Amino acid sequence: MSDVAVTINGQEIVANKGELVIDAAERHGVYIPRFCYHPRMKPVGMCRMCLVEIDTGRGPALQPSCMIECTPEMKVDTQSPVTKKAQDGVLEFLLINHPLDCPVCDKGGECPLQDQTLTYGPGESRFVEEKRHHEKPIPISDLVLLDRERCILCDRCTRFASEVAGDPLISFLHRGNETEVNTFPDDPFASYFSGNTVQICPVGALTALPYRFKARPWDLEATESTCQGCSVGCRIAIQESRNEVLRYLGVDADPVNWGWLCDKGRFGFEAVGAGNRLRDPLVRRGDQFSVVRWSDALHATATAITAALGSTGPSGIAVIGGARLTNEDAYAWSKLAKGLIGTDNVDCQLGDGLPASAVLGLPKATIDELCAPGATVILLGPDIKEELPVLFLRLKHAVQNDGVKVIEVSSMPTGFTKYASVSIRHRAAEANEAVRALLDGIPAGKDGGGADARVLDAARALVTSGAPLTVLLGRTSLSEQPDAVVDAAAALVDRVPGVKFLSGLRRANVHGALDMGLAPGLLPGRTTLAAAGGWFGRVWPQVPTQTGLDTTGILQAAAAGHVDVLILLGADPLADFPDRTLAEQGLAGARTVIALDTFLNESAQQADVVLAAAGFGECEGTTTNIEGRVSVLNQKVTPPGSARTDWIIAAELARILGSDLQLESVDDIRDEIEELSAAHRGLTVDVLAKMAYGDGVVVPLPSEPAPGADGDGDADGVGSEASDEAGDEASDEAGEPETVGADLERPGPAPIELERTDALEAPPIDAYSYRLVTGRRLYDQGTLVSQAGHLAGLAPGTVLRINPYDFDRLGVAEGTTLPLRSPRGLVEIEVHTDREVPRGTAVMFFNQPGADAARLIDATARVTEVRLETGGPS
Amino acid sequence: MTITDAPKILTARLDRYADAHTIARYEETGGYQALRKALTTLSPGDVADEVKAASLLGRGGAGFPAGVKWGFCPPGVWPRYLVVNGDESEPGTYKDRLLMERDPHQLIEGVLLASYAIGAAQAFLYIRGEMPLAHERVAQALNDAYAKGYIGRNIMGTPFSVDVVLSWGAGAYIVGEETALIESLEGNRGMPRLKPPFFPAAKGLYLQPTVVNNVETLSNVPWIVSNGAAKFTELGADTSKGTRMFAVSGHVKNPGVFEVEYGVTTFRDVIMAPVYAAGVRGDRKLKAFIPGGASSPWLYEEHLDLPLEKVIVDKAGSMLGSGAIVVMDETTDMVKACLSVVSFFAHESCGKCTPCREGTTWLRQILERILAGYGRPSDIDLLMDVSDNISPGLVWPPKQTTICPLGPSATAPTASAIRRFRHEFEAHIDRGMRARGEQPPPAQAVAEPAFAGRDHGGLE
Repeated sequence: MSDVAVTINGQEIVANKGELVIDAAERHGVYIPRFCYHPRMKPVGMCRMCLVEIDTGRGPALQPSCMIECTPEMKVDTQSPVTKKAQDGVLEFLLINHPLDCPVCDKGGECPLQDQTLTYGPGESRFVEEKRHHEKPIPISDLVLLDRERCILCDRCTRFASEVAGDPLISFLHRGNETEVNTFPDDPFASYFSGNTVQICPVGALTALPYRFKARPWDLEATESTCQGCSVGCRIAIQESRNEVLRYLGVDADPVNWGWLCDKGRFGFEAVGAGNRLRDPLVRRGDQFSVVRWSDALHATATAITAALGSTGPSGIAVIGGARLTNEDAYAWSKLAKGLIGTDNVDCQLGDGLPASAVLGLPKATIDELCAPGATVILLGPDIKEELPVLFLRLKHAVQNDGVKVIEVSSMPTGFTKYASVSIRHRAAEANEAVRALLDGIPAGKDGGGADARVLDAARALVTSGAPLTVLLGRTSLSEQPDAVVDAAAALVDRVPGVKFLSGLRRANVHGALDMGLAPGLLPGRTTLAAAGGWFGRVWPQVPTQTGLDTTGILQAAAAGHVDVLILLGADPLADFPDRTLAEQGLAGARTVIALDTFLNESAQQADVVLAAAGFGECEGTTTNIEGRVSVLNQKVTPPGSARTDWIIAAELARILGSDLQLESVDDIRDEIEELSAAHRGLTVDVLAKMAYGDGVVVPLPSEPAPGADGDGDADGVGSEASDEAGDEASDEAGEPETVGADLERPGPAPIELERTDALEAPPIDAYSYRLVTGRRLYDQGTLVSQAGHLAGLAPGTVLRINPYDFDRLGVAEGTTLPLRSPRGLVEIEVHTDREVPRGTAVMFFNQPGADAARLIDATARVTEVRLETGGPS
Repeated sequence: MTITDAPKILTARLDRYADAHTIARYEETGGYQALRKALTTLSPGDVADEVKAASLLGRGGAGFPAGVKWGFCPPGVWPRYLVVNGDESEPGTYKDRLLMERDPHQLIEGVLLASYAIGAAQAFLYIRGEMPLAHERVAQALNDAYAKGYIGRNIMGTPFSVDVVLSWGAGAYIVGEETALIESLEGNRGMPRLKPPFFPAAKGLYLQPTVVNNVETLSNVPWIVSNGAAKFTELGADTSKGTRMFAVSGHVKNPGVFEVEYGVTTFRDVIMAPVYAAGVRGDRKLKAFIPGGASSPWLYEEHLDLPLEKVIVDKAGSMLGSGAIVVMDETTDMVKACLSVVSFFAHESCGKCTPCREGTTWLRQILERILAGYGRPSDIDLLMDVSDNISPGLVWPPKQTTICPLGPSATAPTASAIRRFRHEFEAHIDRGMRARGEQPPPAQAVAEPAFAGRDHGGLE
């Protein structure tokens, strides 16, 4: 990065090559007013507010500083009379048609137009004509309203929609003074990212239904946190008034979300203070729940655990869940379940993820590595637009701007298909066949999982191009077991030197829960019972010796009557476990069910004891995202009623069980994690305290300070104030390697490695059935969506999509509702054609209103096969 | 009167033949011989040099030498495109329409020669949407030229190949601005791009090097290649060489398009000469005239003897622009005339830049209010200050707070009319105030400017 010397207001400064004048000036303390310019979008130079006099040797001329790059010898004057007159003129032009409804405008108090007017504008208007009129506010989507009278036509929302989100559903209509932003007729702004337009709108033209008229900005108090809507780990500001969370705003974390949020994350705040939150513990009395005191509920729980230990032993106790918890909560529960009770039947995933060794035991990549200019990416996981939306934005940006090439390996079209260089369509449950054929060519006697040979050739050319390769690895379908994906990952790591993997698991803090050992065979710090039993035995009362059961195994054991106590740690298997039949049998078969949750969800309603837990925004802790980045969750409101933090519940239970977790505060837990977990070395209480406002750090910390670690924080110089501050904090932390670095040399247990499956044969093809592929949508009937008032109705339902070739054989009309049968059950579903779906495959979505995929899925089958019943003679 | 006997370069054929637009007539009258000469005997550089030597100024408005423009494409960057600006929309301008309707092959031959010179394998012809006959004739001509092998692969058996794509505008004046035209060609809203960084020669159509030329400009090229630059530069004066077409309209007896020798003929000639516009209607006095399309500041009687020469008219504080001369006689209400021009620009503003979007309509609203009898004495200064906020200083050539010159164009008539005819604005305001029973302020003495051009230019 070569430097460019420019003069701003007579003062010589050093700008970076290619840096815009507006950015260089701001970096050196000269703020140039602006409306249309946004550092994360391409400049358009149309509001004209940032006009300044720039002299490049041909005399000073008014130029928009957001469009002009610094060049040597350039002289910029942001305060000359000509500049002032031009800026004042532009401000007056913006105001003449802007309504004076600031007192009832959501933006009032945090409005750039209002602020600039106060700072620079005239006190009185010279405009005596009638202002422009439009119908006030019109809905442009289910979540966003548009007031065209307030709009100053800065092109931010429209640019965001087309350039960033890839949903060009709002645009300028008409021209000149009649120009307005609007949707196309009958085509709403149905974007998963629509809320960002509200945040970046420089006036109150775009308002969000969930926040409208809820508060004035000066009444809001804020803290920074990390969104728990999925596992990407977007930094947010939680804003609260009178102990009620009222809004999330995206914070520009340079390594993660760049200030963007998806609508599920942004508007999920409504679930925090939802009216039907669990406030107090409940105990079942017959068919009814009674509200009880905490000591009664905890004693009832302890009694059941003690009885189980006495009869079946530790293996009679099982724990499902943990992804809702903070890292500290997860550690406390890991210690309670494995170290105190002694059971290894613990699983934070609900049969919808990947084996822990595939998540933790492969070389890990960061989001920035995935999106590195010129890199090649293999998408071998879920539809990231639906499940990890902001990762979708980052990767889409990388494809469109940084020459990243994407190979999609999937049995169904996804939201990323149109940005992928190559889309390999393979038969369900045969991703490994396709990936091996990609690497080695199609072996004799096989057909590469049904993938097109030319497509495989094109993909191979990309993989062998020498560009760094990163794989997004996740669960491709809920109706097949993850073996094929794991086998494909094994092939990639064996065959492609330097390949790295980014996890595609979606549930909030599932990576933190795995890091804390909440999976069978696992211990905190990404290690195994076998490798680290002794290490933990020094501090924990005991460590299980036998690898326990995963969620499918636990539910099978429960159904068979082998589980005495089933603890649901923020888990709702009836809604989230792919196999509804097995989940029902498991819950019914477990003798005692204990649920720790924030809502009385369907599974909790089956419980014997319900413990009201504090949720997001209500407790302190840390979280871990898909990269393994640990960031701080700050508390902003108090939990409802007497709801308690999960780690406190664990500690109290331990005490009633006659033992002691030796954990009395979040800091205690952090100390113990830092001491015992090799992955969390150096992440001390002090370091975490500095990260309270910051991007977080990827663990394990490098044992040598990365060269240029100091500059890391400066890289996001273009970010918002919040992120700048954050970046600096993070770099302070990274720049403190002397104590940390030395400490990282301590010995520790060996880390987990990928467990390979034995030779995996493709399942036999049944010409009469379809292999079911089940994906997720952003909006479903999950807890977060259904409890957040304005998201609740947005789950779109599902149809069944099959290849036109298969469809023609059915002899029915497009959109006919037919019975769909699997060995597990039967649903009625509308059938449609989709030429992107491979033959012999049927695609539907999970946990949607109407046809319920979980009624069909057999969690024990390699892949669930389904048949459509046309009823006619076929 | 300086009516020269210069040959007609552009209109000789269409003056003489009603079927000048057909390929048969074009071939019969020497058509496509310049192309043959270029492809068989000249290198692309030779053609470019010839046009450069001819000092062919662009006829679209800005008057930039075409040959120099062709040399701006960065070397070694391919593909590059030729875009023909046929979106002639400046009020009073209708010369390109004539050329497209009556002699389309002359334009096409110019396009082919330009493509050859700059190395474009694709040329885009963008024709204004409101000119269906031009579109029809050019389309037919393209088809005929393709059929005869003048366009397409290996033209005339040479390695030179080019495709010409015809595109139809959708009714926006602003698309006459070259970067907006490029946006429109790409399928986007016709809104101008900022220069820099989007100089078409470097980052034009699809962000590739692009040459944008006007219809009349390119129609000159076959003659230049056939007859040589020397013949061309024999005509004209100073920097303005060859001939040029002027469309004269307004209060004249014989409105029309006239091809005259560039730089020699005067305004008085084209407005008054019987062979041209034949004088002001009803033999009334001339009050003012617009010399180069609605964007240009107005000129007055004392400017009539200025030659139609780019640099001289520039120095007088206006421009020859698109070659549209609009004459206003002594009966003209200058406030209404001003409103008429301002309304056009307010209607045609694309809405991208704040000052133009808001300011042009504000100007229109104030003028309408004055004419409706609700003017205030302060409105005249307000008109000037609003104009100043669109075009700082109201100087010539104009400065701008906008991306393109459309907004500043709307200030030209306002500033011209107020500077010269302030009393007419005051009269409307006084009349309105008296009608409402208010006392208008005492009249101010207005000094008649010694040389009105200085007001527009602040030249020295």
